[in-house]
Amino acid sequence: MSEKKTFTLDGDDVAFEPGQTIIQAALAAGKYIPHLCYHPEFKPHGSCKLCTVKINGRPAASCTTAAQPGLSVESEIPEIQDQRRTMVQMLLVEGNHFCPSCEKSGNCMLQGLAYDLGIMSPHFPQIFPTRPLDASHADVFLDFDRCILCELCVRASTEVDHKGVFALSGRGINKHLIVNAESGKLADTDFALTDKAAQVCPVGVILKKRVGFAVPIGKRRFDATPMSVVIAEESKTKETV
Amino acid sequence: MSETSPPLNSETLAVLLARHRHNPTRLMQILREAQEALGWLSPQTLSVIAKGVDLPLARITGVAGFYSFFHTEPRGRYRVLWSDNITDRMLGNQDLMQAMCKSLWLEPGHLSEDGLVSVTTTSCTGMCDQGPAILVNYRAITRMTAQRVAEVCELIRNEVPLDDWPKDFFVVDNNIRRRDILLRNDMTPGDALRASIARGAEAIKEEASNARSWREGAHGAAAGPALTLDEIKRSNLRGRGGAGFTTGLKWEACRNAQGSGPDPARYVVCNADEGEPGTFKDRVLLTEQADLVFEGMTVAGYVVGARKGMLYLRGEYRYLLDALESVLARRRADGLLGNNILQQAGFQFDIEIHLGMGAYVCGEESALLESLEGKRGVPRNRPPFPVTHGYLNQPTTVNNVETLAAAALIAKNGGDWFRTVGTERSAGTKVMSVSGDCERPGIYEYPFGVSIAEVLADCGAKDVQAVQVSGPSGVCVAPNEFKRRIGFEDLATAGAFMVFDESRDMFEVARNFSHFFAHESCGFCTPCRVGTTLLKNCMDKIHAGHGTEYDIKEIMTINQLLQTASHCGLGHTACNPTFDTLKKFRPAYERRLKSLAFEPAFDLDNALAQARQMTGRDDAGAHLATSE
Repeated sequence: MSEKKTFTLDGDDVAFEPGQTIIQAALAAGKYIPHLCYHPEFKPHGSCKLCTVKINGRPAASCTTAAQPGLSVESEIPEIQDQRRTMVQMLLVEGNHFCPSCEKSGNCMLQGLAYDLGIMSPHFPQIFPTRPLDASHADVFLDFDRCILCELCVRASTEVDHKGVFALSGRGINKHLIVNAESGKLADTDFALTDKAAQVCPVGVILKKRVGFAVPIGKRRFDATPMSVVIAEESKTKETV
Repeated sequence: MSETSPPLNSETLAVLLARHRHNPTRLMQILREAQEALGWLSPQTLSVIAKGVDLPLARITGVAGFYSFFHTEPRGRYRVLWSDNITDRMLGNQDLMQAMCKSLWLEPGHLSEDGLVSVTTTSCTGMCDQGPAILVNYRAITRMTAQRVAEVCELIRNEVPLDDWPKDFFVVDNNIRRRDILLRNDMTPGDALRASIARGAEAIKEEASNARSWREGAHGAAAGPALTLDEIKRSNLRGRGGAGFTTGLKWEACRNAQGSGPDPARYVVCNADEGEPGTFKDRVLLTEQADLVFEGMTVAGYVVGARKGMLYLRGEYRYLLDALESVLARRRADGLLGNNILQQAGFQFDIEIHLGMGAYVCGEESALLESLEGKRGVPRNRPPFPVTHGYLNQPTTVNNVETLAAAALIAKNGGDWFRTVGTERSAGTKVMSVSGDCERPGIYEYPFGVSIAEVLADCGAKDVQAVQVSGPSGVCVAPNEFKRRIGFEDLATAGAFMVFDESRDMFEVARNFSHFFAHESCGFCTPCRVGTTLLKNCMDKIHAGHGTEYDIKEIMTINQLLQTASHCGLGHTACNPTFDTLKKFRPAYERRLKSLAFEPAFDLDNALAQARQMTGRDDAGAHLATSE
């Protein structure tokens, strides 16, 4: 193997392959940078901005910035962590999130990130949008209240499933997820439970019917171990396999 | 609704789709024309279009849902939009709009019960020097007064077709108060192109008579573009859209980039999406100097090696479309566009006009390109930059209207000539859009280096409290800074110059701008999508008398986040007006604040307003007793 090039992340050397962005190299090295819209199987999107780091002193999204030798990347510094807290709080008030009654609790990346960052309250006044639930489909229901607009389902349905079941409409704070049917109902699309789009939601929008709470709360993915540790471990394992 | 009659729909749409060759990159224009023909975009209409361009319906709905001027719900046969810039407010648009709603028996934002008319607000329509302005079915009417409101209401009630409304309603004045090199231009169309071509011919002649080549690697027809590029670079022309990137470098990068894929090409795009509130100079340039702008685009095409140019015209300027199309037709007839321009074999260039549909963010060049491609106007991740990966992923130069007009003059008169105007670091002139509290609002073209005080004196402004330079995303300048100068070395500007006298409340100015940014955020990134709304809510809370020091701190937190973490310039600058006015006009905020450390935004008594309206009661007993 040829000599790998490196940058530093919070003082530690991180090796990277040409073409990797900073978050890709960091995760491959088992180092966690907070993120929501980034998914290792998809092209970096750069919309949630949770992965924003300081690169040579300048803030930038680590998912879309190419790794280069010698860069000094700062992630877990108070200034950046404060900004991440603010952004998670923004996401919490933008939607309608009720963790105690949510089937995704313990598996939810938004909740996991909030815990990791030590967020005790949403802080900002709630926006309380009206986002009707869609339970029309036989196997899946959509709880738009929890949508954080990461577009992972949009990307999965377009790029992997080649169906285009999901898309975004509206603008600004009124931006929202829509489905590909004149009726606006998921039942009238060709969506299937086996679609990639059914597997990628980082929060609790796309949920399988009839399996609610199959794994009890307390035994879920991020219940015993912080999400940052779980994801760092998983990414590292994938890299070495 | 009587607005949909299915058989007509499908036939109209079939013709329309065929005319656009079922091309998905034409989607914006297809949707606009469908809406113009059918009144609104019903799910059925969108379905037909989706099949026609072979894209999922949700993609089409998403595009329609992004732009303010597309309607996916019935909006009536008359759609009245009141321009809601601060300058319109200062001229009394709010009272006039209320009077209109009262006269037409409707609530702002709602369709009248007979489905005839809707009345609501829109972002600045670029008529600040002759406001308050409205758009009726996207046609501009300026100088609204109580009498004109009454007349408009009468015409609507009588269902008079817009074409039969009094012609003077639709008069848009240019109000040019000061002309310099651009606005004084009387160049014969084609002269800039002739000069560019002649430069190449000269070089070839010299090369033949001189044993030493004038420039390694450039021969024959290639000499003209390279030499014209040299002139643009020598001129030190910088972008007039506000960012000030050096035009010569942009063109050179585009010229040096290679297209890729099955249809490699280069493109020239003219950004006429003049959405920054308070800016209207491109409207006047396109009215008075359309030839110069198109000539600049053609020169750009000649230099970078592009065969196609596109003018992205903001939807608010729809009324200019026919006149611009006829200028293009004339230029084609005169051999200034099309194949073998000015009898030069292989010099091929033509221009298309695309209309925007009410989205400020499309003024950001990569969002503009997305929109040109028929998508939601969301700014792209950069790099790569448009000069290498622009329209359809091909090398593209995106330039402002004024930049291209100046480039045409430079192509004719040379770079050294241009540098004699303006300052060392800011060559040439700047066309300023002056509005607000002054005797002579309008268009002022100055050489760069003019001071704020000089502009204020020329436009007849008195007792000035502040000037907002370059619009809400620019800088709020206080009297102690009026010696500052317009130019890239001090106050870079896209041209807006809004004057506020001492009677104005600078808090209300900032609050108006906070509403603007919240309305125009594209919603792509978290900080801007949520932050602009939180800021707006904070400002409304202070306005309502519930603000405290706590809210000021919140504003500072939001400002800090938006400046550092936003995806594009809209988010980076969205807090500027609030931040600037807090810094320079803090008493405007403080006199509204309660001394408490915290006060909830929720107003219990206000929550009963709907119940009071429903019961028709507004007596003391229908209000909660307030302790203060």
